[in-house]
Amino acid sequence: MSAVFEQIFQVGFLAAIIRIATPLAFATLGEMFSERAGVLNLGIEGIMLLSAMAGFTAASLSGSLWLGVLVAVLVGAAMGALHALFTVALGLSQHVCGIGVTLFCSGLAYFLYRLIFGQQSVPPSIDGFKPVAIPLLSDIPVLGPAVFNQFTLVYLAIIAVPLAAFVLYRTPWGLSVRMVGENPRAADSAGVSVIATRFQAVILGGALMGLAGAFLTMAQFNAFTFGVVSGRGWVAIALVVFGRWDPWRSAGAALLFAFVDALQLRMQASGLGHIPYEAFLMLPFIFTIVAMAFMSRNAVAPSALLKPFRREER
Amino acid sequence: MVGAGVVEAYGVMLSASLGDSYAITETLVRAAPMIFTGLAVAIAFRAKFWNIGAEGQLLAGAVASCFVGAIPMPGYLAMLLMALAGAAAGALVALVPATLRVKFKVDDVVSSLLLNSVIYYALMALIEGPWKDTFSGYPISPPIEDSANFPVLIEGTRLHLGVVVALIAAPLCWFLISRTTLGFRIRVTGENPEAARYGGINVQRVLLSTALLSGALAGLAGVGEVGGVHFQVMSDISPGYGYSGIVVAMLARLNPLGVVPAAIFLAAVMTGAEAMSRATGVPAFLSDVIQGTALLAMLVALLFTAYRIRRVGASA
Repeated sequence: MSAVFEQIFQVGFLAAIIRIATPLAFATLGEMFSERAGVLNLGIEGIMLLSAMAGFTAASLSGSLWLGVLVAVLVGAAMGALHALFTVALGLSQHVCGIGVTLFCSGLAYFLYRLIFGQQSVPPSIDGFKPVAIPLLSDIPVLGPAVFNQFTLVYLAIIAVPLAAFVLYRTPWGLSVRMVGENPRAADSAGVSVIATRFQAVILGGALMGLAGAFLTMAQFNAFTFGVVSGRGWVAIALVVFGRWDPWRSAGAALLFAFVDALQLRMQASGLGHIPYEAFLMLPFIFTIVAMAFMSRNAVAPSALLKPFRREER
Repeated sequence: MVGAGVVEAYGVMLSASLGDSYAITETLVRAAPMIFTGLAVAIAFRAKFWNIGAEGQLLAGAVASCFVGAIPMPGYLAMLLMALAGAAAGALVALVPATLRVKFKVDDVVSSLLLNSVIYYALMALIEGPWKDTFSGYPISPPIEDSANFPVLIEGTRLHLGVVVALIAAPLCWFLISRTTLGFRIRVTGENPEAARYGGINVQRVLLSTALLSGALAGLAGVGEVGGVHFQVMSDISPGYGYSGIVVAMLARLNPLGVVPAAIFLAAVMTGAEAMSRATGVPAFLSDVIQGTALLAMLVALLFTAYRIRRVGASA
């Protein structure tokens, strides 16, 4: 009896970790690509929100979830391009532009959502993605149902991590990204277009942030609310530092954060009723700040991060 | 495009924000917290202390001042202590990212952003839990004492003493930044930390002082909201005034004197958008879109000024 209970606990708990980690993994990989090219994207919180809204709207109007995902990705990429326009092409402060992009995207998301759906007492919802069991693999005890009976987007995230590592470390484009993030002048001398490469990396990053947003409104919550992102974008920025700008470590950091988040969700549910649930919601954020204090001393950010590149300047 | 004539919509926006004396007082009431957060951000950014945490510092200031304001005591003493408590709470919160940066090299942007969430949830836990108003049963704090309510300056409006304090704070901050030793240290630290260090300035200490100052100002924004507008703490006591402070500071080009008109401009947009929403049904979130657009437009405008100055310098 207790063994059965324990197993349910573990499967459910593991599955929850995977689900919480998925949007974080997309967002973290997106931010990582951007930062590896030398561009901090503080627009992430707003880009995720706007993509989540756009994807949800497209899916709910067309009835096609995958069209929703596509729209979310395109919106994310477009907002990445906007951020790149300000920070890469014009060389403006990455900090302030990022905040500007977040304010702009959040405002636009709230505004358009109200415009399209009006003010409703119960927020409209959609029939979101359903878990798809992978034959054989999902029969593995504990791990099977937790990892291999998930949404397609979860599998996509699992594939995205090695893919990102391959692109970053094993392709010419990945080399260019790392060069323009470490030493743009050398990259420029070697014939790599710093501006173009940074644009591409920030746009790819935006697209991944869009996927993160799509997961939130089309798989995790199946509805758009104003608090649907609630700081996940900021967390992703911390996870990039925590993951030392590496795809594998960043994914690991996302899993670790998801573990803490799943744990606090379980604590909320577990009869500690006299403590308001918001007290538990603080925990993952405090954990992230403390973790950064331990990790940042030895963290080595891409050398050209935050530095705009102007060819004529020395 | 959005179901209302553009001219008509902007007409409503303008008349509701600046059309008559009452509208102007409402806009000023709205501007006060953004003057404080704008000053907080402007001073922090001058030292390149990237304080994105004004929102959390405002909330901490609101909680602390509400706590003090609920204690029975003579009115003006209560107001003074509320301001001190709110400023101290904000300063304490801002000290966290500054200390983490100085001691552990933690990026101040990320830590101050994450801290906003921590403070928000802490506030929610307080008003959902031990601090919940037993009288109303809603998730709001008990109100402050009536005697601690900031005096209203013009009968029939909400224009309170805190607005005047905010308007005075701006020139004081300007004086501090441009005419005092600490201000000089803050500017040098921001413009060239190497030179500052070489010139014998303790950069770390300057960063910590800047954080205290910046956090205290953001905390005062929360004090004004509790003492002059809401008289208690609720979950939506700040509709993002902390983030608006960043827009205000950039619009002001980090000049404390420019913060006042910039904050009044954003406040006019906000009150106007709400009135327009009531009159024409256009969602009030339009003001958020305008804020983001204004910030990005200002950045581009600044770029062109920078180019102009650079060319003059090159030819001289």
